Amino acid sequence: MAKTLFQKVWDAHSVRQLPNGQTQLLIGTHLIHEVTSPQAFAMIRELGLKVRYPHRTFATVDHIVPTDEAVEPYADSLADAMIKALRQNCKEFNVTFFDRSTGKQGIVHVVGPEQGITQPGTTIACGDSHTSTHGAFGAIAFGIGTTQVRDVLATQTMALGSMKVRRINVDGKLSHGVYAKDVILHIIRKLGVNGGTGYAYEYAGTTFDNFSMEERMTVCNMSIEGGARVGYVNPDGKTCEFLKGRPYSPKDREWDAAVNRWLSFASDPGADYDDVVNFKAGDIEPTVTWGINPGQAVFINENIPAPESAGETEKALILEALEHMKFEGNTPIKGKKIDVAFIGSCTNGRLSDFQETARLIKGRHVAPGVKAIAVPGSQVVAGLCETMGIAQTFRDAGFEWRDAGCSMCLAMNPDKLVGDQLCASSSNRNFKGRQGSITGRTLLMSPAMVAAAAITGKVSDAREVFAS
Amino acid sequence: MALEKISKVTGTAVAVPGDDIDTDRIIPARFMKCVTFDGLGEFMFYDVRFNDDGKKTPKTHPLNEEKYKKATILITGNNFGCGSSREHAPQAIYRYGIRAVIAEGFAEIFFGNSTTLSMPCVTVSKADRQILQELVQNDPTTEIGIDLEAKTVKAAGKTFPCEIRESARQVLVSGHWDPIAELLEGNNKVDEVAASLPYVAA
Repeated sequence: MAKTLFQKVWDAHSVRQLPNGQTQLLIGTHLIHEVTSPQAFAMIRELGLKVRYPHRTFATVDHIVPTDEAVEPYADSLADAMIKALRQNCKEFNVTFFDRSTGKQGIVHVVGPEQGITQPGTTIACGDSHTSTHGAFGAIAFGIGTTQVRDVLATQTMALGSMKVRRINVDGKLSHGVYAKDVILHIIRKLGVNGGTGYAYEYAGTTFDNFSMEERMTVCNMSIEGGARVGYVNPDGKTCEFLKGRPYSPKDREWDAAVNRWLSFASDPGADYDDVVNFKAGDIEPTVTWGINPGQAVFINENIPAPESAGETEKALILEALEHMKFEGNTPIKGKKIDVAFIGSCTNGRLSDFQETARLIKGRHVAPGVKAIAVPGSQVVAGLCETMGIAQTFRDAGFEWRDAGCSMCLAMNPDKLVGDQLCASSSNRNFKGRQGSITGRTLLMSPAMVAAAAITGKVSDAREVFAS
Repeated sequence: MALEKISKVTGTAVAVPGDDIDTDRIIPARFMKCVTFDGLGEFMFYDVRFNDDGKKTPKTHPLNEEKYKKATILITGNNFGCGSSREHAPQAIYRYGIRAVIAEGFAEIFFGNSTTLSMPCVTVSKADRQILQELVQNDPTTEIGIDLEAKTVKAAGKTFPCEIRESARQVLVSGHWDPIAELLEGNNKVDEVAASLPYVAA
């Protein structure tokens, strides 16, 4: 019978059915970081348990690391305690830790693929909702809570109910100046921030076939913003090509067998889906959020919605968002003056994001009064950007070029908005207070659009700003 | 491990209206700079409850009102708990003293995390959520009874149907909401499955 990738991976990792009907699912790859793991280690210690398969857990530090300070102890003693706790836990339980001294540290969802740990046909869990990023490789990858981190540490399994699968086809060629980020913002806008609850999203169609692995990661990353805990793309030649020669990728004679196995997980033609949704790439324009959830978005040349135009439920949400954002309904998003520009995060902090942005900003300068920061997703990305001259292009343009980490995506480190600053951000969430100030305001967009906003000092159409 | 069987939650309630209330709002990220969950209760909904003046001046918010201080049930809107996977969110709610949440809908990761903490999350229709909210707002001493066996919410002599995912309902009513014991029982079988997966076995 024809099966989806989701079903194949699920079946291959299913240990047994639990009395409540859930599945005990083997988690082949467990990624951990400093924020959601310390309590889990404390729990297994209290229960007298060990880490079941230490070779299948990998740690890095990302959320709390200062991006302008490498020397410990950090000025923030709480952050310092967290990195030290992770270091100690990894040592005690024999877990590989990509510490800052290794040159491999970075955002967990950048590090996994970069090291070749993220592979097709695998299950990947991490105490972070953006774990769906790894689905770009044809893995079933999802965020879990800390008690489940405990379960995976102690048993390499967790209890989970199956999910429905929605295939989202995007076909055709994206217009000039439209990026993977616009595709996922558009999908979330159309299907809703809770449209994916209970679903795994399978992204397919010619647009995805043509996407690079990094573009696929950008889309899969934000699945959870649409309510879908899992998002994936079927593995293909590009997937294998990306993984070839990476530190944890299979080598020599094992490589061919691995490739055959990986590709066999791709959804079969004729597989049944619980739902299918189709988009045309040509319909998507550069997209910017105007509100307080990632679904509240418009094309750059559209107006912010007017509350009067909406139904009762929607109206309340629009009013709440407009009040926080200090915007008027039915006004253009284009032209809003920004204070901060942030390029980075697990959504858009990879080499191609900086490479493309550097190409655009070369020879230009950040507008007066705008604070612009660029934060590479990993030390490896940072290193490549230095070697390739990309980092220097950013510095020359007036960006602060920082060390790797999550930084201003969620502001658990010192990179925060101040007061009601408006920030053009390549990150994934525009929730109230997300970027470190209760009254701070976030506009989500592609790195190219952030660059356009940084250069002009206001929300702008990158296609116009970088036309010449 | 014998755990408490959660088939009924009874108590007074507080309504925090709104749809898409995200985990950053439930527990702002800066309070996650900790290595234990202790004390998180006091930071629940911090930024909507208190002013950002360093003096913790209260804002107008139901959770700051004396009449709701003893509430053990939270009533809220649709897609509650969307956003991050942080267990800190349900931990903060539970440690504040809430023992069940009634909403129009829940984000998936939040729902799972709450179940594992023995905090039932039940959904009711929009109309019923509004009635329940008004009952509580008109009389904060209204006793609400959630019955997971009958799948009902009772208040002020009225009975409302409620839904909860069957697997979650079962683990709550049977006292198996913490899965660790059952997962450990499957140990031998785990090795078998692991051996069949080259990337795990290696």
